[in-house]
Amino acid sequence: MSINTKPPKPVEERSNVVILFAGDSGDGIQLTGTQFTGTNALFGNDVSTFPNYPAEIRAPIGTLAGVSGFQLHFGSVEIFTPGDQCDVLVVMNAAALSANLDKLKPGGIIIANSDGFDKKNLRLAGYIDAADPLTDGSLVNFQVHAVDVTKLTRTALEDSTLGMKEKDRCKNMFVLGFINWMFSRENTLAEGFLEKKFGKKPDLLEANRKALVAGYFYGETSETFTTRFEVKAAPLPKGTYRAITGNQGTALGLIAGAQKAKLDLFYGSYPITPASEILHELSRHKNFGVITFQAEDEIAAIGSAIGASYGGALGITASSGPGIALKTEAMGLALMLEIPLVIVNVQRGGPSTGLPTKTEQADLWQAVLGRNGEAPIPVLAASTPIDCFDMAFEAVQIALEHMTPVILLTDGYIANGSEPWRFPAADSLPEIKPPFIASREAGTPSAAEAFLPYARDERGVRPWAIPGQAGLQHRIGGIEKQDLTGNISYDPRNHEKMVRLRAEKVARIADRYKPIRLDSGPAEGELLVVGWGSTYGAIRTAALQLQKEGHAVAHVHLRHLFPFNKGLGPLLKNYQKVLVPEMNSGQLRQLLRAEYLVDAQGLNKIQGMPFTSEEIRVGILNQLKS
Amino acid sequence: MSTVNGIGETPAHEGGSARNDKAEKIDFSSDQEIRWCPGCGDYSILKQVETLLAQSGKKKEDVVFISGIGCSSRFPYYMDTYGMHSIHGRAPTIVSGLRSVRPDLSVWMVTGDGDAMSIGGNHIIHLLRRNVDVNVLLFNNQIYGLTKGQYSPTSPEGAVTRSTPMGSTDHPFNPLALVKGADGTFIARSMDRDPKHMREVLARADAHRGTSFLEIYQNCNVFNDGAFEVFTEKASKPDHVLFMEHGKPLLFANGTKGIKLDGMTPVILDLSTGAHSADDCWVHNERDGFKASILVRLFDDPRLQGAMPRPFGVFFVADRPTHEEKLQAQVKRAKEVKGPGDLDKLLQGEHTWTIG
Repeated sequence: MSINTKPPKPVEERSNVVILFAGDSGDGIQLTGTQFTGTNALFGNDVSTFPNYPAEIRAPIGTLAGVSGFQLHFGSVEIFTPGDQCDVLVVMNAAALSANLDKLKPGGIIIANSDGFDKKNLRLAGYIDAADPLTDGSLVNFQVHAVDVTKLTRTALEDSTLGMKEKDRCKNMFVLGFINWMFSRENTLAEGFLEKKFGKKPDLLEANRKALVAGYFYGETSETFTTRFEVKAAPLPKGTYRAITGNQGTALGLIAGAQKAKLDLFYGSYPITPASEILHELSRHKNFGVITFQAEDEIAAIGSAIGASYGGALGITASSGPGIALKTEAMGLALMLEIPLVIVNVQRGGPSTGLPTKTEQADLWQAVLGRNGEAPIPVLAASTPIDCFDMAFEAVQIALEHMTPVILLTDGYIANGSEPWRFPAADSLPEIKPPFIASREAGTPSAAEAFLPYARDERGVRPWAIPGQAGLQHRIGGIEKQDLTGNISYDPRNHEKMVRLRAEKVARIADRYKPIRLDSGPAEGELLVVGWGSTYGAIRTAALQLQKEGHAVAHVHLRHLFPFNKGLGPLLKNYQKVLVPEMNSGQLRQLLRAEYLVDAQGLNKIQGMPFTSEEIRVGILNQLKS
Repeated sequence: MSTVNGIGETPAHEGGSARNDKAEKIDFSSDQEIRWCPGCGDYSILKQVETLLAQSGKKKEDVVFISGIGCSSRFPYYMDTYGMHSIHGRAPTIVSGLRSVRPDLSVWMVTGDGDAMSIGGNHIIHLLRRNVDVNVLLFNNQIYGLTKGQYSPTSPEGAVTRSTPMGSTDHPFNPLALVKGADGTFIARSMDRDPKHMREVLARADAHRGTSFLEIYQNCNVFNDGAFEVFTEKASKPDHVLFMEHGKPLLFANGTKGIKLDGMTPVILDLSTGAHSADDCWVHNERDGFKASILVRLFDDPRLQGAMPRPFGVFFVADRPTHEEKLQAQVKRAKEVKGPGDLDKLLQGEHTWTIG
């Protein structure tokens, strides 16, 4: 790559860097971000990403509403979050700068496409009198590098026969090439990607490749950039890695679960942000006996999944808050039928349509409490993109082995975020054993036995008899059923008995959990931080830092929201204070208070954006002081 | 069903509830007490379905009944097969999922005019366009029975019910026109009080691959008694019922009247004067989709002067691959092309890197 004759520029070493790419949603900066992430992961850095999309697919060009972002945190040290404040902000236009400047550290680097700062862009971005921040001195506290990416890309593609519009689409590759240079990375991975993507369109392949190389050489030759950065490989555990997003992790966990149960997987789904990627991913793996069904609505999505489970497959549905609301009645049916079903809620900002592309943890009560009647359904929550795999697998285990619907909560933050995954070997995953029951063929002694579809084993679990099995014909439904037989019953005492039996069955699922384990910190002390879901990385980072500073702060992260781990009650008593950070107004906090009579305090953020670790750190310190 | 409850002892008409009169039918009856009102048209339908299944030679364990909510939806409990009494309007969704993974079963869906045409309207049209292989029995009684007498989406305009004391202001659905509009591949109508006809049409529905949609006029003798009596009573039946037979002219009124297509408009021919004969009449062709669209539109209020007769029998049949066939074919093809799923390869993904 290095063919210039100038002396190499100095290289400055950094342990970790946060870089945010931002531009119009049509600028292709998501691709720049994912490619740069891949390159760093391949190099050996630990990485964590956070794509942040606008709700509109193509908002008016140049407006604040159209700004799309991709944040990457990479390092030679362990990384738990996509980072709080950025070291480097790459902006394709004025709106992208205006929307993200508050995320840049003082003294941070701005790389701006100066072509995106003309009068119209400045006005759309809300700069008064179209004053250009790149030149008016307002960015004096930052290192500003204005680069006319548009012009440089066009120049690089002078010989290309492509139209101007298509040439301009290569801008994101110019930026990628430049950033690769800036952080001492090669273009190799990106070139491989381009070959795969544009292999059949040679002119597009050539143009994108030229833009990529031009960006790289621009870094080397331009006088304005005096320093390159180097982030060494992280001491990650040895092994083979891949990158994975939370939604991919969920999809793979579900398939792995079905495979380990030797069942076909049926996925009923209606498209919704931010859960649709699960549908897309699953639909690519039909050779695993995966059937995906894009239903006419959310109710049909879960109804069809119930029908598939009834037929002996693993039925799964997923959605986000508004869709889950529509599925509620059918969730009650699955619970009454006592058949396996996994319901994934990739949470987003609510209520109602809320903030489709933003993240929140405000569906916890909906999951635990939100049904008519006494309707206990186990609720799990994933904490990281990788954890989505583990928790999806566990959701399948519980659904199949305990004959129950299970809710898995993830959220937009981890669903779209990605991290390196030292994926497991298939053999290392446990077999899943649903409570199947043998057919009773006519003429055999068993045929004379009455089949009791609601007879329970010692865990309270009923057998799974599947249509087609001789001698096990039975009827099930949403009406209250007689104990053992499953026949309709309006008997008052039977109803109370059945309500208790269903509750007990779900309560006993806690027997299978591993003992509760602190994520970090002392076994007793001043304060316990109780987290759940995607706040994991921010809480972990903050807790580790405070422990280093000598505070008796511990962190436990809950993956089982209902029923709780039996060790949680005793653990809470080991600390003087309990703090519950949540991206809602205090839903877990209330559940903990109700269950354990503990004076848990809340640290709450309801802005559609994840916590920064600094926000958590300050919250903990305030709690310690109070 | 050896111990029929008292209800069944006094059938109000030929569709009564006696379930133990023929040995062959006992096979498909469950041990559950039937809880429909005495004299309900549902008894007749249950009896004919049991008879058909017993004669079909199907194994009990290979038959599944799925229902929604409503009087008719209690049906699965009375069959000694697999069955699910699900939630209101959602039976088509359960059927779609079940069918997707189990193309081997005989699946029946029992629904009513409220269940299928109102709360479950969206699901019904999608079931039809996908052509899921299921026999749909729509028990149409033009009233909400289980909730005690409110008008339904098939109640005629002006219907005075508990929720419409001044008469319904809603224009009703013509269920089979809706089915035709959603590209149903088997469209038929029968009535509770003509068991022989019902059995024949049930057999046709069962034989069809795809969504067989059978509307059955069913009398609710408690909340809407006599809604269909013009079609079911001996005196009025000949003039108001047109029994369609494939390949035969459309005749009614004991052969004294026939239907002819005048352009796109059906007209009644009087065959008694000698001016016209059966040869002048429209010859029914079940495979003719365009003409079926006209036939399902024969939906005049029978009280009106010069009303067209209401057709019964099979309107339309089309061969179209079923939804589950196409789904399963994709799975099969994916396995052929990619090989059976290798979990290790899946977890590994397309790009990996090694550390250490």
